[in-house]
Amino acid sequence: MNFFFEVLVGGLLAGVMYSLVAIGFVLIYKASGVFNFAQGAMVLFAALTFVSLLERGVPFWLCFLMTLAVMIVLALGIERWVLAPLANRSPITLFMATLGLSYVIEGLAQLLWGAQVHGLELGIKDEPFIIGGIFLSQFDLFAAGIALSLVIILSIFFNKTQIGLSLRAVADDTLAALAVGIRLPKVWVIVWSVAGFVGLVAGLLWGARVGVQFSLSLIVLKALPVLIIGGFTSIEGAIVGGLIVGASEKLAEVYLGSVIGGGIENWFPYVLALGFLLIRPAGLFGEQAIERV
Amino acid sequence: MLFTEAGQLATSYKAEQKLFRLRQDYVAFGILLFLAFVALPYWGSDYWFNAILIPFLVLSLAGLGLNLLTGYAGQLSLGSAAFMAVGAFATYNLELRIPDLPLLFSILGGGLFAAASSVIFGLPSARIKGFYLIVSTLAAQFFIQWLFTKFSWFSNGSTSGVITAPPLVMAGYDFSTPVGRYLLTLSIVASLFLIARNLVRSELGRHWMAVRDRDTAAAVMGIPILKTKLLAFGMSGFILGIAGALWAFTYLGTVEPHGFDLTRSFQILFIIIIGGMGSLLGNFLGAAFIVLLPILLSQLIGLLPANHWVDIGQLENAQKIIFGGLIIFFLIKEPDGLARLWQRCRERARIWPLRY
Repeated sequence: MNFFFEVLVGGLLAGVMYSLVAIGFVLIYKASGVFNFAQGAMVLFAALTFVSLLERGVPFWLCFLMTLAVMIVLALGIERWVLAPLANRSPITLFMATLGLSYVIEGLAQLLWGAQVHGLELGIKDEPFIIGGIFLSQFDLFAAGIALSLVIILSIFFNKTQIGLSLRAVADDTLAALAVGIRLPKVWVIVWSVAGFVGLVAGLLWGARVGVQFSLSLIVLKALPVLIIGGFTSIEGAIVGGLIVGASEKLAEVYLGSVIGGGIENWFPYVLALGFLLIRPAGLFGEQAIERV
Repeated sequence: MLFTEAGQLATSYKAEQKLFRLRQDYVAFGILLFLAFVALPYWGSDYWFNAILIPFLVLSLAGLGLNLLTGYAGQLSLGSAAFMAVGAFATYNLELRIPDLPLLFSILGGGLFAAASSVIFGLPSARIKGFYLIVSTLAAQFFIQWLFTKFSWFSNGSTSGVITAPPLVMAGYDFSTPVGRYLLTLSIVASLFLIARNLVRSELGRHWMAVRDRDTAAAVMGIPILKTKLLAFGMSGFILGIAGALWAFTYLGTVEPHGFDLTRSFQILFIIIIGGMGSLLGNFLGAAFIVLLPILLSQLIGLLPANHWVDIGQLENAQKIIFGGLIIFFLIKEPDGLARLWQRCRERARIWPLRY
């Protein structure tokens, strides 16, 4: 039984890492209705920029600010050259545009900073310790703490500030938001910048975990089932979805994988998400879409 | 004028339904077929067959498979490469396990297996739509790749899942030379395109387009939505499966499951975005673009004076940026792709020298 709990807790903590990426999606989806496939590329871009600056001897906090500035410039560019010309197009078109965007950002990141793997040391010891007979990774707990504070910061930002209010207005009803004088381009830039910030945080944690390398951009593929399960429009959903995906894929790998052969982590979340889709298409926390005939 | 249509009127319903309504189209198509089947095999070099023409044809066919599903029936799929893999591995196994089966039948059988798997992963489209469907197709992508890597039965005991082409012999003829492989590919691709051309203007094709344009309205009109969608998945899977078999056997010769990964699915999606969704010609244009652009780019880099910062890895990144940028460009400026540009040229030529 101890083993079961150990796998479960390990999975839950790994799920937090998925949630971190998924939050970036939710932000953009809420404000502009775009399923942003380029979020993974943004994570890669942010992490690569940060590490490359750090390796050139720039102090940690300055690196963070500079990368943030780069992400804001990126957001400005995306708004100007991708979102604005594609306004009012179908969600599928926008999705495919972000697919193209992810190619551009990945190419750009590696063109600028090279394709080699960088190590990243955040100064957190990754020594396991034991609580109640269960091994826990210190790093995973740290990541969970970061995710929690990120959610708190974001919900304060969304609920208590003027900008957050306008973001929610746009998410609620774009036309009405425009009518009361909210500037859509500005909102888009802010949202994409915030998503860039979340991407940076996720990139740092993932980078410290697995090294800063190209495969970071592939975590977008893990975030998709998380979103389906949690719902596209809810930050809490992203967290819960991440926990479910993380826990179930580790449990499946251990208990199911030993029966039908290992390596099922890659597709299991998708099958799970598919099951959720068939029963609850809007996800656990998503808004139910009402279709009129 | 060369392009005048004046006087070519249909006087019967049968004439209206002809494959090529215009004499010019008929003649042009005949010349094209002659060029492809007779002139090119005569003049082409092995490099052209191996590196350009065969991949171009196979990718056009794969584009067609996805285009039927995404461009005509409106169901977005990111799992095309998986169904290509099913086609390739099924063909290989049919050849291996039923020794007397003619090659053409194994390829068709591979297509049927791919169609069946495509229908299975298309079943969720009964309840979900739009980009939610990419979950189902991505599940197919990862699951099928895992299946072929994990279970070496599919690759006859090879630990890394590598399969090698059977001898390409059909009715006593050996098609293993570059020209032979080209002709084999061309014949299959041409006949499948002919079938597709007839399919999209049949009742089923119109059903697909109705479902794509507005599924609710289509349902109200009495079109069986689920059946239509599943037929689209099946047909798309069939064509993708054959494309996969050709990719493995006439183009590469040996292939592993990794050769059919997500990147390949994206590549096929890019073909139909650049070429034109809901267009048959677009598949060829998009595939030509995808095959030729990397070659063109490396040639261009070669022309530059020797500079130290351009290396091969960088070239790949530059290529990525260009592809991504082009995708965005096409979605913004020409959502109907290169095929629409061709259409415009035709219309312009029709009324030339007048402007409108």
